[in-house]
Amino acid sequence: MLRTKDLYYNYKEKPVLENINFELVPGEILGIIGPNGCGKTTLLGNLNKNLSPKGGCVMIRDTDLEDLKKKEIAKEIAVIPQTNEIKFSFTVREIVSMGRMPFQEAFQGESYDDIEIIDDAIQKAGISDMTERYINTMSGGERQKVIIARALAQTPKILLMDEPTLHLDISAQFDILDLISELSKKEGLTVVIVSHDLSMAARYCDRIMMIHNHGIHAMGNTEDVLTPDNMRTVFDVDAELTKDSKTGRNMVLLHGSAAKN
Amino acid sequence: MSDKRSRVLLVVVVLLVAFAILTYFELIYASKWLTFNELWTAISRENSVYRIVVNFNVKRVVVGLLVGGALAVSGAVMQAIFRNPMASPYILGLSSGASLGAATAMLFVATSATLMLTVPLFAFVTCMGTMLLVYGLARVGNETHMETLLLSGIAIGALLQALVSLLTYMAGDKLSDIVFWGMGNISGVSWSEIGIIIPLIITGVAVAIYYSKEINAMMMGDAHAMNLGVDVKKVRLILLIFVSMLTAAAVCFVGTIGFVGLVVPHIMRILIGPDNRTLIPISFLAGGVFLVGCDYAAHIFSQSLGVLPVGILTALIGAPYFIYLLRRRKREVGW
Repeated sequence: MLRTKDLYYNYKEKPVLENINFELVPGEILGIIGPNGCGKTTLLGNLNKNLSPKGGCVMIRDTDLEDLKKKEIAKEIAVIPQTNEIKFSFTVREIVSMGRMPFQEAFQGESYDDIEIIDDAIQKAGISDMTERYINTMSGGERQKVIIARALAQTPKILLMDEPTLHLDISAQFDILDLISELSKKEGLTVVIVSHDLSMAARYCDRIMMIHNHGIHAMGNTEDVLTPDNMRTVFDVDAELTKDSKTGRNMVLLHGSAAKN
Repeated sequence: MSDKRSRVLLVVVVLLVAFAILTYFELIYASKWLTFNELWTAISRENSVYRIVVNFNVKRVVVGLLVGGALAVSGAVMQAIFRNPMASPYILGLSSGASLGAATAMLFVATSATLMLTVPLFAFVTCMGTMLLVYGLARVGNETHMETLLLSGIAIGALLQALVSLLTYMAGDKLSDIVFWGMGNISGVSWSEIGIIIPLIITGVAVAIYYSKEINAMMMGDAHAMNLGVDVKKVRLILLIFVSMLTAAAVCFVGTIGFVGLVVPHIMRILIGPDNRTLIPISFLAGGVFLVGCDYAAHIFSQSLGVLPVGILTALIGAPYFIYLLRRRKREVGW
């Protein structure tokens, strides 16, 4: 699986990430959380060579990502970027079809296999009824499902998501994360979600990595990481992890800013 | 899917028919309209007076197709990789850049023997320089904001246009040549000049088609394209080089012809969708038809007005049509 070794990254003189060491567990949903500007998105960029580490390395099955072409990486790792606003009137099907790009040469159209994979991805993402709609006429939540379908069409082993629910309505946030956790269970997809939303992370992630002061402050099972102490130190809030009485799932109860209590 | 395919086919057929009709009418126009028999005589017999005229007309059609096509393809690619509906060789100052190089070569550098090679070369160098300058100015750190890109294009374009005007002012006895060239005129190009721009334009269009899938991915945003395995920096640089070459080839012997690169890809995108695998070749054809059509009108008007630069007509037709489309279709299909 994907792992990092002494990963270091900086912008100009300022270090953003230092000594990042971890390995993904196949099939898990890992949440990367931390306050704004802590380097979450930078870390995610390093995990698929959108950014190149300034020190250390990122390995996939013992191969350094730096030794792989972007196209080879795209066959294994799919990414849902932070923004999905697409201004051109591509149809949903056209967008999902682009997921097959890493597998095609120039001038090469879709093979029968490609078409089957595309249909399958559309069905799994639950957007079968909107394949001919224009992407630029859709809501944020619908667009996000289309991008997820495109990612599935890449037949990846790992899915990286950068704030996947950032601009969505609350109900759409649950829709998207329910879909992702279902895909992770059914398809064995390994998912990394970058988020600043503690409650969403607590509810959906198997493991959590907390980033603070350029490094991993804590990493492990949700219960072990989302302790009042950790949340106070990293997010400056007075908060505790509890169970939602109706669903029995993890949630974070926020009492308020740490400074006031 | 099949609905889309038949729409593409329909557009291609309409364009080809329009091209055939325009070509025929252009060929039979020799200060009066020839009959079909007279045209045939002119083409088949060595000694016909009209042979020369027809030769001139054939040239106008060929240049119109090449230049219109090149401008439309440049516009299609620029709008896609900058994700900006207003991007075009004209708006981003590339046409002015190429003009400056071509005018410099015409006035100072070239003797008539080397003119044919130095003009396109200078046009390409200044065009590429303009592209790098505009892009460099708009770039802050690792990001390029689209508004900044347009504004720096407009600013640099205005500066270069002023320099072209200065050259024009200094042109002396070559004044009328330069002024006329500056307004965009496709009737004065020689066959050997056509021979120089043909390979440039074919290469440029071929490169654009080769990268059409990558361009599609880049239309969604750089992050999306990178995640689909596209080496965005490399592909964008290659495309910028070849778009500059296309613009330079289109401008160097013909002058600045505005709005073809802006309007044609835009209209085609509304008709057949944004997929560049079909959009780029069809934009080439449509740009060619559009310019041949405008040039035919210029040709006919020229009887009463003297030789009319076609650039005036493309602007007169292109600008209002663009405004109309923008108002009407904006909400339906985005842009």
